[in-house]
Amino acid sequence: MSTFVYMTKCDGCGHCVDICPSDIMHIDPTTRRAVNIEPNMCWECYSCVKACPNEAIDARGYADFAPMGHSVRVLREEEKGTISWRIKFRNGTEKNFVSPITTKPWGEYIPKLAEADEPNQGEINSQILYSEPEGLNTKKELPTISKSSFKKGVYY
Amino acid sequence: MPKNKTVYENCDVLVVGGGMAGTGAAFEARHWGRDLKIICVEKANIDRSGAVAQGLYAINCYMGMQWGENQPEDHVRYARNDLMGLVREDLGYDMARHVDSTVHMFDEWGLPMMRNEKTGRYQREGKWQIMIHGESYKPIVAEAAKKSADKIYNRIMITHLLMDENKENRVGGAVGFNMRTGNYHVFRAKTVIVAAGGASHIFKPRAVGEGMGRTWYAPWSNGSAYALPIAVGAKMTQMENRIVLCRFKDGYGPVGAYFLHLKTYTQNANGENYEKKWYEQTKKLVGEYIDHHPTPTCLRNHAFIQEVMAGGGPIHMVTKEAFQDPHLETIGWENFLGMTVGQAVVWASQNIDPKYQNPELTTSEPYVMGSHATCSGAWVSGPEDLSPPEYFWGYNRMTTVEGLFGAGDTVGGSAHKFSSGSFTEGRLAAKAAVKYIQDQKAEDINVSENQCENFREIIYKPLENYKVGRNEITAGTVSPSYILPIQGLQRLQKIMDEYVGGISFNYMTNENTLKKGLELLDWLQEDLEHVGAEDYHQLMRAWELKHRTLTSQCVTEHTLFREETRWPGYYYRGDHMKLDDENWHCLTVSRRDPKTGKFSMEKMPVYHIIDDEEKKFAAS
Repeated sequence: MSTFVYMTKCDGCGHCVDICPSDIMHIDPTTRRAVNIEPNMCWECYSCVKACPNEAIDARGYADFAPMGHSVRVLREEEKGTISWRIKFRNGTEKNFVSPITTKPWGEYIPKLAEADEPNQGEINSQILYSEPEGLNTKKELPTISKSSFKKGVYY
Repeated sequence: MPKNKTVYENCDVLVVGGGMAGTGAAFEARHWGRDLKIICVEKANIDRSGAVAQGLYAINCYMGMQWGENQPEDHVRYARNDLMGLVREDLGYDMARHVDSTVHMFDEWGLPMMRNEKTGRYQREGKWQIMIHGESYKPIVAEAAKKSADKIYNRIMITHLLMDENKENRVGGAVGFNMRTGNYHVFRAKTVIVAAGGASHIFKPRAVGEGMGRTWYAPWSNGSAYALPIAVGAKMTQMENRIVLCRFKDGYGPVGAYFLHLKTYTQNANGENYEKKWYEQTKKLVGEYIDHHPTPTCLRNHAFIQEVMAGGGPIHMVTKEAFQDPHLETIGWENFLGMTVGQAVVWASQNIDPKYQNPELTTSEPYVMGSHATCSGAWVSGPEDLSPPEYFWGYNRMTTVEGLFGAGDTVGGSAHKFSSGSFTEGRLAAKAAVKYIQDQKAEDINVSENQCENFREIIYKPLENYKVGRNEITAGTVSPSYILPIQGLQRLQKIMDEYVGGISFNYMTNENTLKKGLELLDWLQEDLEHVGAEDYHQLMRAWELKHRTLTSQCVTEHTLFREETRWPGYYYRGDHMKLDDENWHCLTVSRRDPKTGKFSMEKMPVYHIIDDEEKKFAAS
């Protein structure tokens, strides 16, 4: 499918332009509304559809293999932490799904490392990364192997 | 020459690409380098960029060491088996021993992990995969990068790396342009971590009309992961090891959860298990590798391709049994909605309800990447405690260019890292980059104004080509003096498809076609001096094409060098159809001389740092 924009719903806010990973959602200078300028470089990732505050963007299955008359609609609600999907088949069959998108208030549990505990002296020369070895939850040191066991060639 | 502003930025750690690897690098760099200036540059918007832009329904690389599920050495055995023996085991082990701490952070940050109700552990999809509700996987890791980095630049395409003029073979930063403002951006940096994307769209895709963008791998992954290091003479490895995916037809919807969790299986049009039919034939090509368990991805592809060529298609996934369970049916659909919405659209449009109808599968066009069941990429140093001498030169994940690091799809040899492993590899590269700076290895770097100005001229040339050439013709897209990016892209795809083992030739190539392919690629490379871009968006497409073409040349050189068929099902060397362990149980390494543009090839040894005690053979 490639995405397209409904003339009466789009207000030209540009959220889709801001988010599109393929840089194909642009504001049309004549209509001052969003348009997919390169449908054949659309991955149908739905980033623009999810970002649109006016439900103005939809997708129509790619012309070269998708018969018409279907729809896949989405509503992503960040405050509720959910995403809801409605799939309609060409023959009218309908399926609905809701999934969580996060388990925590947005961003609050991601550490700001500039303010976190500094690494210990000399740790830069070790093999451990931030939060390790504790973060591995193994109550052990980071695993390693002895170089004496290395074999060259066809031995495995 | 258009009047574009030049914006200068000096920093210590420059991360090119803000996907899974890039966000991991930006995040970790701050822990080790508290006072360093850390910048991340992204071609799109970091909140939805890279291969994980639309989400993921599984994390495909998690050991579960805390529950004794797997150890890093098990993952090394798994990855080398899947890649027919050839991986960098040091890099793989290193990624695997750290990946659990990465996943535990994702859990803490709010990524919804599914849990097994009985055990309380993460819900396993398969031995290595755990299931998630990952629609917001990318925005979550982007948030972590934003909290660590001094600045994130969105909508800037990095086109070239800058080189130090005081010390040979040392990196000095990168340049690019902003596709919104048109500004020219110069980043002078002490270290650069290339965490850009692998390459889709270098081989002709199966869909060539409006659906051209529905490749399995994201269309915005344009091979910058490779073109940037190749252009400055960094060594590359295993670039011939392209990947072909067996996926649901047209939408390329994922099959992992279907095979592993829903326990669906494949059959040919007559309802037969076709894989068994091709066992003897495959054994003649690859010997005992066909007996390994699990069957390597390429060999399963091989059986699929042979069966279709023999007229046994279409091949179907048998879903009708599993989908009678409403819980499994939900998983089957949410699996697509979480990472490949397009497959749901295809099924809705063609009234394919897998509860009542077994959906069709296909094999994809080839892709070049370093993080999936394949390991193309830069030849990098491993960690000090794990790497034999040929694999170690001071700093983990540093390429053969000093100060230039790689992570994710950029790094060759470390297969099966997927999203979590790519983020982990970004963390490893970032720590090493900070250490490199602390060790005073990045002193007295000189990137002259002259070097920056030269690149400025080169970068905007496609705009000039178009402006001048466009005045010669009345209207339309046909010009005698320039080609448009889409025209060049389709020419590249046709060359690669027909001469380097694409879908039209059932992945077949040989010395003669490869040599012809190289000749045609040379001419394309020359013609790309005349690519015309109408605006900044097309200028981005022009540079994407240039990066894809350089990547393709490297892929073709490697494919010519390796005189065997190591991975039947990924591609075939018709003139050397058998796997040849005697001569080719080695890694291929290339270097392109930046002055002459010529590639040189060498063999590097494969070290097996893990024994094969756990090797299991398939029952049949």
